[in-house]
Amino acid sequence: MNRFVEYGITLFAWMAGIILIGAIGLLLSFLLHRGIPALSLSLIFEETRALDALLLRKEVFGGLFPAIVGTLLLIVTSIIWAIPVGVASGIYLGEYCNFRWKPFFNFLLDVLAGIPSILVGLFGFAVSVFLHRHLSDRIYPCFLISSLALACLVLPYIIRTTEQSLVNLPFSIKTTGLALGASKLQNILFILIPYNLSSIVSGIILAIGRCAEDTAVIMLTGVVAMAGIPSSLLGKYEALPFYIFYISSDYNSQEELMKGFGASIILLTICVFLFALSNILKRKVAIRFAIRI
Amino acid sequence: MRSSVEKLAERGFLFGALLSTSITICILSFMFLFSLPLFKGGHIAQFLRLGWNPYEGRFGVLPMMVGTGIIASFAILIATPFGIGCSALISVFSQQNFGRLLRKLVEFMTGIPTVIYGFVAIFLLVPLVREIFQKGTGMCVLSASIMLALLILPTIVLFLSDAFNSVPKNYLDAADALGATPVQKLIYVIIPLAWKGIISGLVLAAGRAAGDTLISLMIAGNALQIPKGLSDAARTLTSHIALIIASDYESPEFKSIFVCGLILFVFTALIVLILRLLGYFQILRER
Repeated sequence: MNRFVEYGITLFAWMAGIILIGAIGLLLSFLLHRGIPALSLSLIFEETRALDALLLRKEVFGGLFPAIVGTLLLIVTSIIWAIPVGVASGIYLGEYCNFRWKPFFNFLLDVLAGIPSILVGLFGFAVSVFLHRHLSDRIYPCFLISSLALACLVLPYIIRTTEQSLVNLPFSIKTTGLALGASKLQNILFILIPYNLSSIVSGIILAIGRCAEDTAVIMLTGVVAMAGIPSSLLGKYEALPFYIFYISSDYNSQEELMKGFGASIILLTICVFLFALSNILKRKVAIRFAIRI
Repeated sequence: MRSSVEKLAERGFLFGALLSTSITICILSFMFLFSLPLFKGGHIAQFLRLGWNPYEGRFGVLPMMVGTGIIASFAILIATPFGIGCSALISVFSQQNFGRLLRKLVEFMTGIPTVIYGFVAIFLLVPLVREIFQKGTGMCVLSASIMLALLILPTIVLFLSDAFNSVPKNYLDAADALGATPVQKLIYVIIPLAWKGIISGLVLAAGRAAGDTLISLMIAGNALQIPKGLSDAARTLTSHIALIIASDYESPEFKSIFVCGLILFVFTALIVLILRLLGYFQILRER
C-alpha cells in the first residue's frame, strides 16, 4: 500500500476521534457555561422555602420542584411495574423456555426493544382513548398511563440483562445446587439470582436512566408544562425532560431560558449518576468472573 | 420445595414472558385498530401517495416519509466515516491511552438524554447553520442530520469496535508476522473479517436515527413539505405523531398518525429481521 494512503488513513482516524471529543466537549462546556450561573435554590423552589416545599406544606409555583418530583415519581412507578414482569420473563427465557418457543419470544422482544419510543407513547395514548370510550370517560392520558407506557419501553432492557446474566453463568455455578439436591426453583431463587444480583441491578439502573431521560413517551401520555405535584394516578404531572423541551420551543424571557439550562444540568446530572452507578456494578461483576476463571 | 409450588412459579414466569411479548402484539393491533377506518374507506393509497394539504382534504404522509428517509440517511452518511475512524482508533491504532479515553467518552455519551442534545443544538448549531445558508431559521435537514449523527455515533462506535475486537487473535498475529502495518491489518484483515458486524452496527444505527423524535422535532423545522435540499425544513414521521396528537380524535389528521405508527412499526420489524439474517443477535449473545 502506498505510504501516503497509510498516513492518510491513520490521520483520518485520529481526526475523527479528536473531532468527536471536541464536539462533545463543546456541547457539555456550553451547557455548563450557560447553566451553572442559573443553578441556585430559587431555581428549584422559587419563592417558597425549601423545607416547606419538601414537606409539601406549600405549593411551589414557577420553580423546577414539581418537575423534579414528577420525574422521580414517574421513575419509581414505572420501575415498580417493570421489575416483576421483566425479571419473571428474564428467568423464564433464561431457564425454562424450550428451544421451540425461544425464537418466537426473542423476535417479539427484539422488536419491542427496537420500537421508537414515540410509538410506545402513541400506544399509551391509543389505550387511554380506547379506555375513555369503552370503560369510563374519566380516563384521559395521565400519570398512570405514562408510567405503564414507560414500563413497556424499559421492559426489554430488564428482561435481556436478567436472561443474559443467567445464561452466561459458569456451568459449575449453575449445577452445584442441583447436584446437592436443590429443586430447579430453589436453585434459581437461592443461588442463581443472589449470585447475579449486581448484574440484574445494573440492568434495572440502565432502565431507570431510560425512564428519566425519555421525553417522547410522556409527551404523548399526559405530561404538561404546569401542573404542580401529581395528586393522583389519574392526574396530569410535570417532568424535567418535557420541561426542557417546552422551554426550548416556547420561552418568553431570558430568565425562563436560564431555567431551561438549569433543568438540563439537573437532568444530565441524574442521568450521568445513574449511568456511572450501573457501570460500577457491571465492573464488579466482571471482576468477580475474572477471579473465578 | 413442593412440586405444586414449582409448577406455580413456572406458570408465573411464563405469564410474565407472555405478558411482555404480548405488548408488541398489542402495539401492532392498536395501530391497526385506529387506522382501520382509513383502510376500510379505501383511502389508504391516498394516504401513502399524496402530499399533505388539509384545505384540499389531502392527508398523505409522503412528506414525512421522505423527511425521515432524508434526515436519517444523511445522519448515517455523516456518522459512518467518523464511526469507522473512531472504532479503528479504539481497537487498532491506539489501544492504550487515547483509545481507552475515547471509548469511555463514547460510553458516557450513551447516557446523555436526547432532549439535551436538541436543547444545546438550538443555541449552538442552529445559528451556525443559519449563518452558513444565509436564509431561513437554521432549523433544517442539515442541522437535524448533524445532531442525529452525534446521537447515533455511540451505537456505531461501540458496535464496530466490538466487531473489530472479535477478529481472532491468531489472524492478527499472522498479519504481524508478515510485517503488516496497523493500517494494512485494518484494511486487509480486520474489515473483511468484521463486515457483518459493521453492517449490523450501521443497520442498528439507522433504526435509531429513524426512530428518534426529539432531535428532529426540535431542530428540523417541522415544515409540511417534501424537502428539496439540505437547507429546507422537514418533518419526520416521529415528529408528525408528536405534533398532531393534540388534534380532534375524529379528524383525518389524527388517524394519519396511526398510519405513521404502522410504517414505523413495520420498519422496526424489518430492521430486526435484517439483523437476524446478519447474525447480529448471535454476536450479541455470544459476547
